[in-house]
Amino acid sequence: MAMTRKQQRGAMIGAGLGALGLAAGLVLYALSDTITFFYTPTDVVEKGVQPGTRFRLGGLVADGSVVRGQGEVVSFKVTDTKDTMPVTYVGILPDLFREGQGVIAEGTLDEGGNFKADTVLAKHDENYMPREIADALKKQGRWKEGEKKPEGTTK
Amino acid sequence: MIPEIGQFAVILAFITALYQFAVPMYGAWRNDSRLMAVAAPAAGLQFVLIALAFACLTWSYLSSDFSVENVFRNSHSAKPLIYKISGVWGNHEGSMLLWVGMLAGFGAAVAVFGGNLPASLKARVIAVQGSISVAFLSFILLTSNPFARLDPAPIEGRGLNPILQDPALAIHPPLLYAGYVGLSIAFSFAVAALIEGKVDAAWARWVRPWTLAAWMFLTAGIMLGSWWAYYELGWGGWWFWDPVENASFMPWLVAGALLHSAIVVEKRNALKAWTILLAILAFSLSLVGTFLVRSGVLTSVHAFAVDPARGVYVLGILCVFIGGSLSLYAWRAPTIKAGGLFAPISREGALVLNNLLLTAACASVFIGTLYPLLLESITGAKISVGPPYFNLTFGPLVVPLLLLVPVGPLMSWKRADLFAAMQRLWVAAVAALVVGIAAMAWQWRGPWLAPFGVALGAWLVAASAREMIARTKVGSAPFNVAWARFKGLPGAAWGMMLAHAGVGVLVIGVVAITSWKEEIVTVMKPGEVMQVGGKSVTYLGESPVTGPNYTADRARFQVSSGGKPVSEIWSEKRVFQPSNQPTTEVGIEPFLSGDVYVVIGDRAGENGRTVRSYFHPLVWMIWFGGALMFIGGACSMFDRRYRVGAPKKAAKPVVQPAE
Repeated sequence: MAMTRKQQRGAMIGAGLGALGLAAGLVLYALSDTITFFYTPTDVVEKGVQPGTRFRLGGLVADGSVVRGQGEVVSFKVTDTKDTMPVTYVGILPDLFREGQGVIAEGTLDEGGNFKADTVLAKHDENYMPREIADALKKQGRWKEGEKKPEGTTK
Repeated sequence: MIPEIGQFAVILAFITALYQFAVPMYGAWRNDSRLMAVAAPAAGLQFVLIALAFACLTWSYLSSDFSVENVFRNSHSAKPLIYKISGVWGNHEGSMLLWVGMLAGFGAAVAVFGGNLPASLKARVIAVQGSISVAFLSFILLTSNPFARLDPAPIEGRGLNPILQDPALAIHPPLLYAGYVGLSIAFSFAVAALIEGKVDAAWARWVRPWTLAAWMFLTAGIMLGSWWAYYELGWGGWWFWDPVENASFMPWLVAGALLHSAIVVEKRNALKAWTILLAILAFSLSLVGTFLVRSGVLTSVHAFAVDPARGVYVLGILCVFIGGSLSLYAWRAPTIKAGGLFAPISREGALVLNNLLLTAACASVFIGTLYPLLLESITGAKISVGPPYFNLTFGPLVVPLLLLVPVGPLMSWKRADLFAAMQRLWVAAVAALVVGIAAMAWQWRGPWLAPFGVALGAWLVAASAREMIARTKVGSAPFNVAWARFKGLPGAAWGMMLAHAGVGVLVIGVVAITSWKEEIVTVMKPGEVMQVGGKSVTYLGESPVTGPNYTADRARFQVSSGGKPVSEIWSEKRVFQPSNQPTTEVGIEPFLSGDVYVVIGDRAGENGRTVRSYFHPLVWMIWFGGALMFIGGACSMFDRRYRVGAPKKAAKPVVQPAE
């Protein structure tokens, strides 16, 4: 059954639309289901984030808050200098995880307002602060472009 | 003095590129052969000038000339030689110089190897290539001068980020750039063909080897980057769906589609307009990748500096080239004559499906990569799109593609008998089924999808093996006949079999590490033993060591298999000078069944160390699959029909050197 040129073009357009539709459907479904929001501790309070919701928490590791507990458990506090949130994490922290430095933790909030992180990201090198954190701090007027370190934190 | 020579060479290269763009383009329009003839020498001169500039910058690094700001920021006199060299492109300015150097190199290669191209097509291709150089050389001159001086000159440099001080990463950027920029040739050919209004089999035969080369470089660059992330970052992962990784993955997917559609243009003179579009899209995605990585909209190890002016400039280049080429396409594509007809069930049909699935998969990656940026710029909400998104979108689009890979090559052109093709594949199907069942028996507690994934990979490998056996008649014909057929198989056939088998091997490796990875985090004291992946790992203790530009604590581990000690591996916590930046080195012991992977964390209590150890089953198959794809690409490239000026096959068999 030879196809005419018109039929062939129709079949190709049909197949193209089919693939596009499949991709669009998958993308829409996945976007509604799998994305993770980024919040600072202040956002968490203001937006009333519910326990069990998965999100990324960003801010600075509060000074003097890192406690290495039994075995592999580490707890610390993340602050955006306005609000502060306790975090627990089981595992090995990144090399550049330090008090007074930027951090992003991904996980969920438990009933007691404690953030259980399963991933902790720090920066890649000494000169870099995660952009989300820099923006969040800038928004609150705590940190200006070009300053070495945000106010209110010491190394 | 030397840096000034470099600076001057960049300015001259810019002027040459302008000339290379304007004169041959005008000449081709006026059909003036003298004007068209300047294209090739201009392309060669431009390349020589940028190579000179690059040599000047390299000299500044080697001689640790800290009066050059770029050297001061990214080098240090105590750095090992190889990292002084790789430091040249381990920063924004130097890497852009490398980028345009490669661009000019590809242009010069067309000038040298394009002897058999029609004069007007050659002039236009080189002119378009020159226009890309104009854009990026002006970018360097206006926003990213690698030769800027400091006065007074500092005594010592700041050093290169220690995690970049690694052999794999020294060659990862040049390879990846060669891939990105190599696609510019396909782009220039596409734009030139649109201007000419002519696309034929010969056009496809010229474009395909360049695309193959770019695709091979991208494959190697991505694989090296992934390997580096695996052993250097210490998270035990090999792919993170990080936007920067996606930036290189998207052009790779489209280049893969382009490789396949160019075959249809060459053999059947069909899918011409579509192939032109893919060529434009492939390089556009390279530009998008360059924008994402270079503009600072993403923060990562690749974003060397955040300077809004640069981002805006690259965005401008992006708009001009992508917008311009797509407009030209919309205007000129309807003039390209449609080619041969084919039934839906045919090799053309299979290749169309391949293209649709690859581009749809690429689109899903594109949306996942750019959606967060878009959403943030519109609503201010910050989100991250991670592996779950990509597993849910990319995965389902790729599975049917993988199922079809073995079937396509067995279909005939124009109209095919699907049933006959499937009949020839039943052995491969049985083999895949057996492997799937074996996987289920071996690791029955894993996710149910895993054995299916392994079977899918085995399906590709088995089909390639079947193809090889069927074509050489190994086992059914006498040895010397089979050997002669083996040697006589065209490079393209080897390329297809190896690359498809490579995809299968890669899939098995990916499924194995994703489904059956073991991870243990525990505090260990010297003498303690832990079990991972059926191997025992004994912590022997730690001692201080000193490297050329760092000091470290080295923790040693004894790996034993079946009660017998196999080897000693170590993981280190290093502190680099002068930046005081800490890094962690991973200890890896490879087995055929997988890698034992040990990373140390902080000290815990007296004598104790937090230790994270993994077993990564069959992880070697990921890199091995990538290597097979690369080798397959090379075989296909050396197919005799692409050989420059390849003479017609001699009437009498002559002795030929091994290919």
